[in-house]
Amino acid sequence: MSNVTQETVLTRLQEQFGSAIISNEMLFDVLTLEIAPDKAHDMIAWLKQDDVLKMSFLTLLGAVHYPNDKGREICMTYHLHALVHNVRLRLKAYLPIENPSIQSIADIYVGANWQERETFDFFGVNFVGHPNLIRILNEDTMDYHPMRKEYHLEDATREDKDDRYFGR
Amino acid sequence: MGKVEKIHDVPTINGEGFQLTVLDKVIGAARANSMWPLPFATSCCGIEYMATMGSNYDVARFGMERMSFSPRQADLLIVAGTISKKLAPVLKQVYEQMAEPKWVLSVGACACSGGIFDTYSVLQGIDRVIPVDVYVPGCPPRPEQIIEGMMNVHRLVKNESLRRRYSDEYKHLLNKYHLNEDE
Repeated sequence: MSNVTQETVLTRLQEQFGSAIISNEMLFDVLTLEIAPDKAHDMIAWLKQDDVLKMSFLTLLGAVHYPNDKGREICMTYHLHALVHNVRLRLKAYLPIENPSIQSIADIYVGANWQERETFDFFGVNFVGHPNLIRILNEDTMDYHPMRKEYHLEDATREDKDDRYFGR
Repeated sequence: MGKVEKIHDVPTINGEGFQLTVLDKVIGAARANSMWPLPFATSCCGIEYMATMGSNYDVARFGMERMSFSPRQADLLIVAGTISKKLAPVLKQVYEQMAEPKWVLSVGACACSGGIFDTYSVLQGIDRVIPVDVYVPGCPPRPEQIIEGMMNVHRLVKNESLRRRYSDEYKHLLNKYHLNEDE
């Protein structure tokens, strides 16, 4: 059994990055850190090559839109996994909706390439340094990022859901 | 010389060694009884269509067992399933590649109207991009319903003019979908 625990991860990260870690909490039994967006790339790179933590697996990355959280509307989330220790880590970086830019991690994890394209497609996050940041799932002609909560989920062209048909 | 009798409502004269009848009706019957369907199946309606093709329901009874996976040799485009907006140009191209005469059967709520997928990514009915001859409602429709839809297509095929594609009505329909490239 490995002796690396979530506490070890937190201590080592705080020693290495200090003030870049804004806050930490345990969320659903997984250590969750809020980090400075400009340090996200360096932190994920360091976690991958660190000999003690060996956090070398990217489970997923994605975004969440919090429309009421002014100045930090887009939350970029990274889930990492140290397979040899079976320790997981969640990193969150909040970005303003006017300019949701963060450095791409496609150079660290090749698998992040498509996930970042998907996040760009649905949330409009600009991944600086991504080799091919274009839409991946939606039609190329789409002119907005549909998972942002400012847009209607329903298709605007639908005609048969008119209230007149239901006596409302 | 025999006298005029009605066979399936078609005026026919049966003589010795010959038969006189209406060409439209003969060709229509031939077309209707050997339709080659192109299954454009994308989701659960496609599974129902597979059941329709299977031995329990057996579309071979109607001369439709020859599935055409090339649009060039298909008569009937069967769209069974959700069509996303990204897939719409593909569907339109498949339709354009089919040779005249051609018919379209829209199977299921999604193909007919978008169904429950009232959302940004789903085409709200294939009649937004191609003309449809028969709609089969249901989510998904049972094989009996799909066969009923096919029978309605057969009725159309049997009774339509041989040269439907030259009619002003048909040209107008295709123009509405910007499908008349020769004009």
